[in-house]
Amino acid sequence: MQRIFFCAPFVTSILMTLLTLPVFAQTASVDPAVLVAQKQRVDVIKAVSPSVVAIFGGTGEGGGSGVLVTPDGYALTNFHVVAGAGNFMKCGLNDGRLYDAVIVSIDPTGDVALIKLLGRTDFPVAKLGNSDTVQVGDWAYAMGNPFLLATDFQPTITYGIVSGVHRYQYPAGTFLEYTDCIQVDSSINPGNSGGPLFNDRGELIGINGRGSFEKRGRVNSGAGYAISINQIKHFWDHLKSGRIVDHAALGATVSTGFDSTIDVAEILEESDAYRKGLRLGDEIVSFAGRPIRSVNQFKNILGIYPAGWTLPLVYRREEQKTTIYVRLQALHRASELQEQAGQKKLLPEKSPQPGDEKQPRMPSPHAKPAPTPPPEKYKHLYVPKTGFANYYFNQQQQDRLLQALNESSNFSDRKGTWTLTGKQIDGGDFTLTLADKGIGFEIGNDIFLQSLETGILVDEPPGTGGLLAALHHFRLLFSGQAERFTDFYYLGSERLDGKNELVDVLVATQTGTISRWYFNKSDLSLRGFDFYLTENSEVCSIRFENFQTLNGQKFPGELEILYGNQPVMKLKIEQVKLETLENSK
Amino acid sequence: MKENRVKHVFVCLCLIGAVLAGPLTAKASSQSTIKYALPRLVKIFGAGGVKNLYAYSTGFLVSPEGHIATVWSPVLDTDKLSVVLHDGRKFEAEVLGAEPHLDLAIIKLKSERELNLPYFDIREKVIAGPGTRILGFSNMFRVATGDEPVSVLHGVIEARTDLPRRRGAFELSYSGDVYVVDAITNNPGAAGGAILTYNGKLLGMIGKQVRNAKTNTWVNYSLPIDVLSKSIEQIITGKFESSENQKKPDTHAPERYRPVDFGLMMVPDVLYRTPAYIDSVLPGSLVAKAGLQPDDLIVFVNDELIKSCKTLNAELGKLESGDLLRLVVRRDNQLVSIELPVPPENK
Repeated sequence: MQRIFFCAPFVTSILMTLLTLPVFAQTASVDPAVLVAQKQRVDVIKAVSPSVVAIFGGTGEGGGSGVLVTPDGYALTNFHVVAGAGNFMKCGLNDGRLYDAVIVSIDPTGDVALIKLLGRTDFPVAKLGNSDTVQVGDWAYAMGNPFLLATDFQPTITYGIVSGVHRYQYPAGTFLEYTDCIQVDSSINPGNSGGPLFNDRGELIGINGRGSFEKRGRVNSGAGYAISINQIKHFWDHLKSGRIVDHAALGATVSTGFDSTIDVAEILEESDAYRKGLRLGDEIVSFAGRPIRSVNQFKNILGIYPAGWTLPLVYRREEQKTTIYVRLQALHRASELQEQAGQKKLLPEKSPQPGDEKQPRMPSPHAKPAPTPPPEKYKHLYVPKTGFANYYFNQQQQDRLLQALNESSNFSDRKGTWTLTGKQIDGGDFTLTLADKGIGFEIGNDIFLQSLETGILVDEPPGTGGLLAALHHFRLLFSGQAERFTDFYYLGSERLDGKNELVDVLVATQTGTISRWYFNKSDLSLRGFDFYLTENSEVCSIRFENFQTLNGQKFPGELEILYGNQPVMKLKIEQVKLETLENSK
Repeated sequence: MKENRVKHVFVCLCLIGAVLAGPLTAKASSQSTIKYALPRLVKIFGAGGVKNLYAYSTGFLVSPEGHIATVWSPVLDTDKLSVVLHDGRKFEAEVLGAEPHLDLAIIKLKSERELNLPYFDIREKVIAGPGTRILGFSNMFRVATGDEPVSVLHGVIEARTDLPRRRGAFELSYSGDVYVVDAITNNPGAAGGAILTYNGKLLGMIGKQVRNAKTNTWVNYSLPIDVLSKSIEQIITGKFESSENQKKPDTHAPERYRPVDFGLMMVPDVLYRTPAYIDSVLPGSLVAKAGLQPDDLIVFVNDELIKSCKTLNAELGKLESGDLLRLVVRRDNQLVSIELPVPPENK
């Protein structure tokens, strides 16, 4: 009696398993574990399929795949899918409906593009996973529209294992470099490009985009590659900026030295790495917190971060280890990027060898569609501008941050001369005068001047990196005169000083000088800015502290000034006189 | 009674646990197999790099001293053969011996020190049938360099069969059994890799890329370890009758047959070691019927390496009437193997 009673739960559980899978109930010999695993697969596929996108060019020709990641319609795909598809696309979901979509940003180096599906605010989305925890042997689902088979937009699912992690695949030319990518034996074919790679929990771990093909023609040959989702996370805000996004260079190359160390082989003297102390022959110990044991590893790490980010680098010289924070420079010139973006280039994979005429002909999902006029309803969502994939989205981000700044610190009625007086901490009194004609700085017995009429901006006071010229940018932004900058755009996000919180970045340029403005991502408070006299100058950093309220508007109470990350001075502002334009005259 | 009840609860929990843990353990075993296998696979870099000849291949360790089984290929045809282990350690290596009929070569790492490397036990001759799940390990497409592990594929054995039933279709010299798998294991650089069962038993060595000339399709196959293991062991222990170690032709050796007796006209023997190229083939002769052609290079006679026209003469001279003559020739970087009966001696 006891026996029967206590075995009951077990028997019931078996029965339940069998009942929930009626199709297989007859084959009682099937290992229950197999049925459980199968149900798991079916459930995962059901859960994630709605987020998979079939992408077609504006005319419905060509295409590839994508995956929705936000409910308002942002979807990831490959650059090589949208290149040539036009600024507006048609996207099919597994609900059988076709949606309009507009291009947002492109990353030609990383082969990533962001598009936005339109017409809904409740799109089904994929949950982002952590690609750094992916292991060789993990199951992986590739989903998408290979060979453009699905006319009802139901994604095709290919199931395989992870064959390798942290793989490096050389760029085609100087673009489309796959760094730190995931290698799978899940079948990746033409048309799968841009589609999602899911782990066995249905989390998005990568974007499929490439394969090793060689002589068997351009169909799966057992080695597909997916861009890691963690790389895309680093680029996420950059991708929302509407820009043509660039990858990074260190300004130094590395090679394998004696004892298999990875040493600096070449270094540019104008690079930030050189300024921070890195020299020829130094051994790279770690980069971005990851140990470096091969040249590929170094390239893998460099490839997953946007240009302009600051990353920790540890080097060894004569047994002495040193940690520096290096700001990465752009990998490409602006003109190279634009050329790449404008060039309607197709898949970079190695073309079949000559003499392969006998290959079965495959449909070409990457056929170039002819450009079509944008849908009337969404025409306003595309704004062309040099250097941008779609300037509309940059404007949106600029507006968001400027609005936040205006809400707390709106001095747009004070476009006249500003006079700030106070004390230098551990020093004498100072008076700062900010006007359109020039900037004056009186501190102790010294007087420094920066004329704004000659057009020549200098390092004044010497050894600050151009503090006075920097403060001119400060006055322009705070008094609501952003339109006076030559160039003003939203960049994306990065870690403040390479180690602090994530900040949104606005970039302003005027007569060759550049300022980068940092807004805390969570509360949108302005943390300060960095200033560069020229592209390759050492940085003058100004950080805001102790905001004071002035007529209901917030003004920084303290300015901390650093040059090349070294503190120079701290100014405590005691009195502020901000004149209106009329007063100044 | 109470004790009994506890026992039943325990048993039930165990059973339920087993049901739930099923898929997890399946995964865990493949993951532990991958962890076990990867340090036993090596990346081989050698000759080649032009046109369709790849300068890289794969191998697997079969002894703690650094013996590596790999495919017999032009990659090994160099003085600067280098092998990179899973942890990035790089060694020079030398070819210890080869068994061309099995597409097999054994190379050995050069090292002053004792290596004590992880290896596959090839004496464990595991055989598997169709339906067995396998993992394939190879450095296909040379994806891995330095300390990066080789690529892993998953699949199922479709058949254990012999490919030459369709001889002529497949450009392959090996004529024994192979495992045909549904994973795309046979890619550039993958030859010499290994296939294992999910629970970590070595099943075979991934073969060269072989194309069916008629259908332009490629077959994914591995040479079974039970076929290879005897030769591997013999080459390692030095008991293998490797023609590499053959002394100069014995002057007192019998000279029962000459090349012309089979219809072979060799190039003039003008050098100390003239390569055994066929100059012409007598029409209607035995070798002509077997398909040999001018410019074929004779590399093996009955498993003996033919280094020159002299060794060819010596080997042919040793034959006796009624023997089976097996010739391996190299033609356009392919090995072609033929067999013919030795005719009665022509006194």
